[in-house]
Amino acid sequence: MSNQEKEPMFSAKNLKLLTDPFGNNNPITVQVLGICSALAVTVKLKPAIVMALSVTIVTAVSNVVIAAMRKYIPDRIRIIVQLVIIATMVILVDQFLKAFVFDVSKQLSVFVGLIITNCIIMGRLEAFAMANKPWPSFIDGLGNGAGYGLILIVVSFFRELLGSGTILGFPVLEKLGVYSVGYENNGMVILPPMALIFIGLIIWIQRSRNKSLVEHK
Amino acid sequence: MENLLNIFIKSIFVDNMIFAFFLGMCSYLAVSKTVKTSIGLGIAVIFVLLITIPVNFMLEKYILKKGALTWLGEGFADLDLSFLTFMVFIAIIAAMVQLVEMVIEKFSPALYNSLGIFLPLIAVNCAILGAALFMQEREYENVIEATVFGVGSGVGWMLAIVSLAAIREKLRYSNVPDPLKGLGITFILTGLMAIAFMGFMGIKL
Repeated sequence: MSNQEKEPMFSAKNLKLLTDPFGNNNPITVQVLGICSALAVTVKLKPAIVMALSVTIVTAVSNVVIAAMRKYIPDRIRIIVQLVIIATMVILVDQFLKAFVFDVSKQLSVFVGLIITNCIIMGRLEAFAMANKPWPSFIDGLGNGAGYGLILIVVSFFRELLGSGTILGFPVLEKLGVYSVGYENNGMVILPPMALIFIGLIIWIQRSRNKSLVEHK
Repeated sequence: MENLLNIFIKSIFVDNMIFAFFLGMCSYLAVSKTVKTSIGLGIAVIFVLLITIPVNFMLEKYILKKGALTWLGEGFADLDLSFLTFMVFIAIIAAMVQLVEMVIEKFSPALYNSLGIFLPLIAVNCAILGAALFMQEREYENVIEATVFGVGSGVGWMLAIVSLAAIREKLRYSNVPDPLKGLGITFILTGLMAIAFMGFMGIKL
């Protein structure tokens, strides 16, 4: 206990918690958590960024809360306790989005509510926050939320660029004059199935670079 | 009657939970290794939807919606509790899942063992909460319509997971590139299946 407190706030161990989810322990491509919302909100870059931020905040804060009260939660009802805490955070985020970025909140529709059932949050609470102190849990939540956000942003960047020819609503391809040489937007990319295929490709690239992640059956 | 059939078909094929909205992907990807377990999970999902959607619909209609509390008296007419929606829905779902878990454990221990960790995880299956939220967003007129929508979504979800499991069982005999094995190829498969399902999109019943 006591030597834990002497540990510096950003020790190597804590820093690893923060950076691991970006690569070899990415919540989407390696842990397979939180796919549901990852796919539906990635048509445009802006909602994807808002979603990534919301999920990061909810994950980090509910990780801290659960870690702080982990010794007082009876084992049998822990799922309901966790859900109530997550739901509270999501209500706060939802009301905040409705108040300040109403158009994005409309675009995300039910998917803000679905942050509650985002497996990343639940998974991290179960796997990490129930067994660790608040500060490492906070870092873990931050790292996993950001790792999730990274994939969201990469997928939505390509989908918006190839599908609508814009980045954050700015008509990049038109300014570059690609249309004048006969390029056309790929309408297919905006449709839901392409999100799945994009994530499949990201997994492919990641696993060919890092052979240790390959599943052998 | 025609209206109900319309909602049912639409929620299975056109608004398929997996292929149109990607809801319930986590367990969809994890449990789809064999046809048998995926059928079990599919039935569990249909069952939970069948129970939770009407309950949530009643709560939404008589307690949560703006002006829904009018039946309590004039003074409650402008009360708007809709910000509590998430909390109430998820609490109902979690309680119902606990119930289903106990029922299955009692009557079919074999199924209980093969579903393992994924049974309690139905509570956090986005398909269940997603269906409840879509039910709220689409404003169905009465309980029957909402229930039909719920069951239809469940059937659509089961259809998707069983067909993926069947494909994955066959896939064992094919030569997939190493880095794509397992998760990667499953994603691409689901993508291709979703493209096929888009053929239903234009259907007007």
